[in-house]
Amino acid sequence: MKNVILSYSKLVSLLIIGISLTACSSSADETDATTKSSSITIKGSDTTLPISQKIAEEYMKDNSDETIIVTGGGSGVGISSLLSGTTDIAQSSRKIKFDEVEKSRDMGKSIKEVIIAYDAMAIVVHTNNKVNELTRAQLEGIFTGKIQNWKELGGDDLKIIPYSRETSSGTYEFFKESVLLDKNYVNGIMSMPATGAIIQSVNQTEGAIGYVGLAYLNDEVKAINVSYDGENYVEPTVENAKNGTYPIVRPLYFYHEEGAEEKLDKFIEYSLSPKGQQLIEEVGFVTVN
Amino acid sequence: MKHFKKFLERLVEGALTLSGTVTSITILLIVIFLFKEGAGLFNSSSIEKGYALYTHSDNPVGDLEIIEIKDVFDSNISNWKELGGKDEEIFLFRFNEIFKLYKESELGDNYELIPEKLEEIILNNPNILAYLPLRYAPSEKEGIKVLPNKNITLTDFFGGKEWMPTTTPAPMFGVVPLVAGTLLVSFIAILIALPLGLGVAIYLSELASDKVRKIMKPTIELLAGIPSVVYGFFGLVVLVPIVQNAFDLPVGETAFTGSLVLAIMALPTIITVAEDSMRSTPRAMREASLALGATHWQTIYKVIIPYSASGISAAVVLGIGRAIGETMAVLMVTGNAALIPSSLFDPVRTIPATIAAELGEAPVGGTHYQALFLLGCILFVITLIISLIVELISKKQVNNGL
Repeated sequence: MKNVILSYSKLVSLLIIGISLTACSSSADETDATTKSSSITIKGSDTTLPISQKIAEEYMKDNSDETIIVTGGGSGVGISSLLSGTTDIAQSSRKIKFDEVEKSRDMGKSIKEVIIAYDAMAIVVHTNNKVNELTRAQLEGIFTGKIQNWKELGGDDLKIIPYSRETSSGTYEFFKESVLLDKNYVNGIMSMPATGAIIQSVNQTEGAIGYVGLAYLNDEVKAINVSYDGENYVEPTVENAKNGTYPIVRPLYFYHEEGAEEKLDKFIEYSLSPKGQQLIEEVGFVTVN
Repeated sequence: MKHFKKFLERLVEGALTLSGTVTSITILLIVIFLFKEGAGLFNSSSIEKGYALYTHSDNPVGDLEIIEIKDVFDSNISNWKELGGKDEEIFLFRFNEIFKLYKESELGDNYELIPEKLEEIILNNPNILAYLPLRYAPSEKEGIKVLPNKNITLTDFFGGKEWMPTTTPAPMFGVVPLVAGTLLVSFIAILIALPLGLGVAIYLSELASDKVRKIMKPTIELLAGIPSVVYGFFGLVVLVPIVQNAFDLPVGETAFTGSLVLAIMALPTIITVAEDSMRSTPRAMREASLALGATHWQTIYKVIIPYSASGISAAVVLGIGRAIGETMAVLMVTGNAALIPSSLFDPVRTIPATIAAELGEAPVGGTHYQALFLLGCILFVITLIISLIVELISKKQVNNGL
């Protein structure tokens, strides 16, 4: 009997202590939140992810009281989160769409755009592929399903397997706009969830062709020289993107709400400063100036 | 003291009842939410919300099907003749092109001059087919005609064969390729995993020596804890090239690879639950059967398996549930191509992978969002039907055993 009373009272006292502890810690969190600077959330494009991660790391080294949280998911996800208020900065590899701007106006928000870098988009094929150069029209034919075999382009008798990103990706949208001239991709194109998966798949499949941001280019795949005018074929490199000869170049954006300047100005200025731009070059992108 | 104990017991009972009720109500609410969000789809127009198609009023064509709209905007149809109109080339005009024709300053501060400019363009081009947002479109008057917006019908959704949710102007929401892909991948995965899983369970519970069982069981339970993204990555890097080389295919990302990965993921669950239930057959029944002269194998399949039928069916249901609902692993190895698979070695797109890839970007409350929720409802119904079938089969077996 005594043991029973003892064990019950132990249980009850433990419960009381536990509840008071959680109450204490939650109030402590609140005071912490007001004294610590709040964290900055960046969400959106997988293409811009290496840049934001690098800049965030260096920035947090210099400003140890601030935290920056960086996630990917695709430009569409980033902008949609910005509109619903779950992120501070939306990183995007495509310009904000007209109806997204309309939606933000309907909600009473005003979105500001900052260009932080330029990115060249590389077209990649398997390392054994004989084809080295393609025109925009040929790329359009491949990705809309009109050209189906590599032998039509001077390669081996191999079926062409085009790889695309998912619809939430800014890279997907930009490629559609710039290379496909707003036509739709072939029905039933292979959609990979991330750039890394495209590189992996193109590496493994002999007839594959895909598009990735220049920063993700490595030895596992071969980049193709592209021509928009049918005459000059240009290799995708940072120099060619800078001097304007490589045709598939796009700006990379940070979008944020108009009122949030106070919180975000320091970080955005850091990204645009010479130090930040140098980091951007190190990762493999083109600087703003 | 007795009163205190009774009071405490009543308290615990009450807490358990309360938590059970709350859980059941929450599950019910989640299901209701799922169906509510999805049902709004059939009230939405087939053209993107806030947009409409405009032609010149001299144009005899009054109505366009969704497929025709897609073909026109893909430049597969370029003449009004093919749509039942005059023998003239279609002049396609997308709203963004107005920004290329006029400078921002010419369009007014809040874009108030856009409707006028659009009116001019439509009136000057009798063969125009313009895709414009309602907010900036010219008002309907002499010379300008709006094509009526049709709602998405049940046949469009449940019978449509193309899933292209972000095409403009008319997104296509046909779920047939997605349902076919899900069913194919899950069915083959179950076909591979069930016999293998039950076989290993029987081996572990009846035939393996103690030493082997002590090593294998924890290893298999460990496998059940590996996150699905790791399985997906393993599938992409290891299984896809193996399938590609073994079957001499142009591409390794197929429904078969997806089924293989799903089978590997469902196996630990099936094995653990089935083996546990088989081990719990009481010794008395085993010994009675052996005493009557049955061999070990006869004991296994005439006594032990019928006795643990409910446990085995639980294992089957859990395994099937894992196979059908698995998202990340399938997203990485099946290629996500929204086509109706004509063979086991075609790339497919499953429902969970579609929802995972697209829900983040679909604007809340929009047509795409509702279509994705309806897909979730379809998945829910499929899983429900399969669970019910398995329950029925196991009930039958129990009766047969008696």
